Amino acid sequence: MAFHHYILVCGGTGCESSKAGDLFNQIAIALDKENLRDGVQLVKTGCFGFCEKGPIVKILPDEAFYVNVKPEDAAEIVQEHIVKGRPVDRLLYREAESKEHARFDDISFYQKQFRIVLRNCGAINPESTEEYIARDGYLALEKVLTSMTPDDVIAELKKSGLRGRGGAGFPTWRKWEFTKAVQEETKYVVCNADEGDPGAYMDRSVLEGDPHSVLEAMAISGFTCGASKGFIYIRAEYPLAIRRLQIAIEQATAMGLLGDNILGTDFSFSIEIRLGAGAFVCGEETALLASIQGERGMPVPRPPFPAVKGLWQKPTVINNVETWANIPVIITRGGDWFAKVGTEKSRGTKVFALTGKIQNSGLVEVPMGTTLRDIIYNIGGGIPDGKAFKAVQTGGPSGGVITAEYLDTPIDYEHLQELGSIMGSGGMIVMDEDDCMVDVCKFYLGFTVEESCGKCAPCRVGGRKLYNILDRITKGQGKQEDLAKIEDIGHAMQRASLCGLGQTAPNPVLSVMKYFREELEAHITEDKCPAGVCKDLVHYFILPDKCIGCTLCARRCPVNVISGERKQIHEIDQSGCIKCGECYDACKFGAVVRR
Amino acid sequence: MAKMTLDELRKLRETKKIEMDMRSPENKSIHIIVGMGTSGIAAGAKQTLNAFVEELNEHGLTEVAVRQVGGMGLDHAEPTVEVRVPDMPTVIYGRVSADIARKIVRKHVLGKQLVNEHIFDRPAADIVEGNR
Repeated sequence: MAFHHYILVCGGTGCESSKAGDLFNQIAIALDKENLRDGVQLVKTGCFGFCEKGPIVKILPDEAFYVNVKPEDAAEIVQEHIVKGRPVDRLLYREAESKEHARFDDISFYQKQFRIVLRNCGAINPESTEEYIARDGYLALEKVLTSMTPDDVIAELKKSGLRGRGGAGFPTWRKWEFTKAVQEETKYVVCNADEGDPGAYMDRSVLEGDPHSVLEAMAISGFTCGASKGFIYIRAEYPLAIRRLQIAIEQATAMGLLGDNILGTDFSFSIEIRLGAGAFVCGEETALLASIQGERGMPVPRPPFPAVKGLWQKPTVINNVETWANIPVIITRGGDWFAKVGTEKSRGTKVFALTGKIQNSGLVEVPMGTTLRDIIYNIGGGIPDGKAFKAVQTGGPSGGVITAEYLDTPIDYEHLQELGSIMGSGGMIVMDEDDCMVDVCKFYLGFTVEESCGKCAPCRVGGRKLYNILDRITKGQGKQEDLAKIEDIGHAMQRASLCGLGQTAPNPVLSVMKYFREELEAHITEDKCPAGVCKDLVHYFILPDKCIGCTLCARRCPVNVISGERKQIHEIDQSGCIKCGECYDACKFGAVVRR
Repeated sequence: MAKMTLDELRKLRETKKIEMDMRSPENKSIHIIVGMGTSGIAAGAKQTLNAFVEELNEHGLTEVAVRQVGGMGLDHAEPTVEVRVPDMPTVIYGRVSADIARKIVRKHVLGKQLVNEHIFDRPAADIVEGNR
């Protein structure tokens, strides 16, 4: 028994709540009516994203994607699409920008993501060089070695407009050109795989899923800049990525894709892995290079830049994993092709790690210029449990928050900077109404204080001072002058710190001061945490007129401080309350309140 | 493998392309592709992989290739598995526990039916295949 069509009905919670269940039944009835049960399988699926446009119906093998489908549309879909073979035009998903109907024959028409960096992740066995080769792997290296000069490669990169994906967004071609221009016998190529932002893991996924793309790109860079040795600096806490890199390097070397006389040419290039101990500051390029040299990972002032004086004082190209992974595609498809993706100043795609209060967490690769709304609602599936979106934190401990009113801002380097955040490595942590912004700042500052290398005073002392102020505020001991102090210290750190870690450490708190000033002030002046997170400022009470004495809260209380007989009004003993919120979650009558 | 020349690399690419290209009519084998990145493994992908191998052995299904790949980034739905059966649409299953893996073998591979509640959307079109 083989089916000629499969009708997939989204069974995600979003779609279910907008009558997807009813729709499913109606389609089943319509199929029975047309006697199609033997030829068509009706399937309920997991969440497809796009929850704002649900319920969603997808028909295979035609790849037709219907949105906002109502139960009463069921018969039409079955009769028109399945029986007569014509898509129901009015329900097909349309691209928001062009407002044109999606093309029926174009299988990519409704795709929300565009994957360049992640092209092979989930498609090839990362431990098989042959599978990488089958998907145009080492085609770029082949092209470079046989038909391009180093200047051609740089010209292609320049056309592509690729900028560093590690955070700062420096044009990649310029880095390469600086290093190429220096007359030196020995030069180095370095891959920065010291991914350290809390919540970002795209580099790990690339190395685990497609390690050869990084090796190939590094070899291309070696050819272009005149280097014959490469290092990959990766944190020891990524054991799987390290193992797959090792296997990839061994296999590529055995096959003549790395090592001496690559593919029979006179170009030689070898790659070595160096393990880091997982210090955040080692993601800063000068600290990273120091660590490779076996020294303590501390930054040094720039200039000179590593491109001119880097590893062991030799010119060094250093790029981040995601940047490297773009390069083979730019060479094989051409810089012009790449430049068509994205916005004018930010070309190509960006991988974001979508985490926090989001339905579909995971890695998302979208063209630069995609709006936050698209990422959070159409791909991420929105906020779980019907809670309200509060903010999204981008750029990790160096970034800032973006509020609901900026959801439609196109995401690229410039726009994020205008909003007081940064692209960073692409961590995107979504927060809902239950997240306290002061607490979030305290978390990030705690992280940067912990990770500060201690070399320069603004970062070492300033970070600690800022953390202490925030800690006081979350405990209800904030003072009116604290806000001015945060600004003073923050701005001093931004100007005077030696490296990016200290310069950007105040960003989260300064950004919260800008967008959530009232929330900060509520902590200070009213001793209140509006989100109910800061334990010292939160108290739970039972409203006598709503309590029916069901005893549920008393039974849930882990410290037994709720008293009251059955069918009598209950009471919480504040002195013993640990503010876990169990009673609040347990009460079905709204009698427990948080103040 | 010995060191390759340019010609050998090109030849290898062509032969491997055909092997991997499921759309060629000569190649009728079935592929089960399990995502084995850190998040997949943390969610139980190793057990899933073992369950596939055991269940396939039990049914004597030797024409099915079980392959391991990295994660495709659908972390909310790990472990994820792509199933390619000739004359059926290629689908991605998510939240594939060992039990669901066995069900996929019985219902999808043997019964030629899709398994309810576990299909997820492919995140993006394939730019490499689209290029061909």
